[in-house]
Amino acid sequence: MTNRPVLLGGILLAVLGSLCPFLWFVLTSFKSQINVEAIPPTWWPDGRLVFYASALIEHRFLHYVRNSAIVAGGTTVIALAVATPAAYALARLRLPGKTWILGGLLCVAMFPPIVIAGPVWQILERLGGLNTHWGLILPYVSLTLPLAVWILTTFFHELPVELEEAARIDGCTTWQALYKIMLPLAAPGLFTAAILTFIYAWNEFFFALLILTDPERQTLPVGIALFQGEFITPWGELAAASVVATLPLIVIVLLFQRGIIDGLSAGAVKG
Amino acid sequence: MTKSTQKHTTGWLMAFPALMFVAVFSLYPAMDSFLLSLYSDFPGPERSFAGFGHYAELLQDPVAHQAFIVTLGFVLLSTTLELLLGTGIALVVHERFRGLGWVRAAVLIPWAIPTVVAAQMWRFLLNDQYGAVNAILFGDRVEAYVPWLADPWMAFGAIVLADVWKTSSFAGLLVLAGLQLIPEETHDAARVDGATAWQRFRHITLPMLKPALLTALLFRTIDAFRVFDLVFVMTQGGPGDATQVIQFYGYKTLFTEGRVGYGTTISVTVFVAMAILSLFYVRTVGSKLLQREPA
Repeated sequence: MTNRPVLLGGILLAVLGSLCPFLWFVLTSFKSQINVEAIPPTWWPDGRLVFYASALIEHRFLHYVRNSAIVAGGTTVIALAVATPAAYALARLRLPGKTWILGGLLCVAMFPPIVIAGPVWQILERLGGLNTHWGLILPYVSLTLPLAVWILTTFFHELPVELEEAARIDGCTTWQALYKIMLPLAAPGLFTAAILTFIYAWNEFFFALLILTDPERQTLPVGIALFQGEFITPWGELAAASVVATLPLIVIVLLFQRGIIDGLSAGAVKG
Repeated sequence: MTKSTQKHTTGWLMAFPALMFVAVFSLYPAMDSFLLSLYSDFPGPERSFAGFGHYAELLQDPVAHQAFIVTLGFVLLSTTLELLLGTGIALVVHERFRGLGWVRAAVLIPWAIPTVVAAQMWRFLLNDQYGAVNAILFGDRVEAYVPWLADPWMAFGAIVLADVWKTSSFAGLLVLAGLQLIPEETHDAARVDGATAWQRFRHITLPMLKPALLTALLFRTIDAFRVFDLVFVMTQGGPGDATQVIQFYGYKTLFTEGRVGYGTTISVTVFVAMAILSLFYVRTVGSKLLQREPA
């Protein structure tokens, strides 16, 4: 595709198609009530922040933001702490049946959530984990582990073996080789895995809906999905809350676009 | 203890926590679902072994049939569109031009947005009174405004549209990874021989892209099977049962009606359909990846 006009058209189509629908929601969030309910719609907002004040304060969306931050942050930290040594062992050590483990993880990642939802709910009920943040973090860690392990295994593979061998000769144990030599080198991979895990946990809805029924504990996706007005859907507040929920993700994408693209394809094509 | 068994032990120790998590929160629940599907619906002293009774019920259940058909239609239609659009996106962001990073970031934004937000957004865009879609199509002619989500076919189309908007870029990324594996020289040689852009795409790019396209197709198919968020927010399965996908039907049976036996039967059936697909995936694409493992 060296044809300039065709390329330009493609770029325009891709960018506008991706952004315009959400931009409309962003514009809506800055309107006033009269503006939102105009038929036919008015395109430009009158630049009010009423809906933000109402969503964040009256509808207590800051609460949901806090809950989401706890759950997504906790999931990311635990998932990485668990996935890193596993990925190192799978990439570097002689582990019998490791191709089976990697293949098995891939299969587990494909499970439809509904298949594990019932028993997971029962386990959490027995442990007292319903309506708690840790009760949601536990299944999230399990659900994000396969991707994290795959990404990290790929990264460890690509690092030169010589460095570790030198470290071994100098008397490092396997754990020391991992934490002192490999981890700093694999930092970009860790970072990518962390970003993808965080985004998953920030956006997940199905399990959050089942496990968190107490509005005090619910995460942003649940808050947004169940957001109801008394009589009509409060579109302005909903748009404002949606923008708040999406803003951190947009910042992440703008800053780390490269790493995300590499990480997502690492699990799939590159192996 | 010899050096090599010591290394085995360390390896297993390192992998153990991860395997435990997956075993307790994914493998055991999946197996337990299967066991639960063999018992009568409500837990308690009256609970009795039902064998494959629920599976027989599933075969007779018109709502379940409808849900399977809707799901299958959704999967086929959305993955086809996503692969087409994804290939287009991949071809665009594979080129080198100024501002490429910004374009890639822009294309990734729908993928990053929470599905629930995307669903509310499309619900608003398609709103019968305040929606932008009606305004764009009909302008001031308010009497022509269409209540999109109230019509069975339109509502189904709306779910597909929202899914395609949200995930085409992910399919595009997988295709892009494939594009990057094609050596520049192949294209240059064909160009020297006078091949047009279309001929180069048709006879060089497309054949070499096959593995990546297959990967994208399988990833998207498996993911489309689990569609839930869009349906929950946009239509609640309606109007009628027009958008009731199997995951949503399973959710309602299991958690709203509390029918544990029948609900898990539905979920296990979905799982079996998915397992067949996963095996297909591991056999065709996965085996190639695993061959590259060092001994």
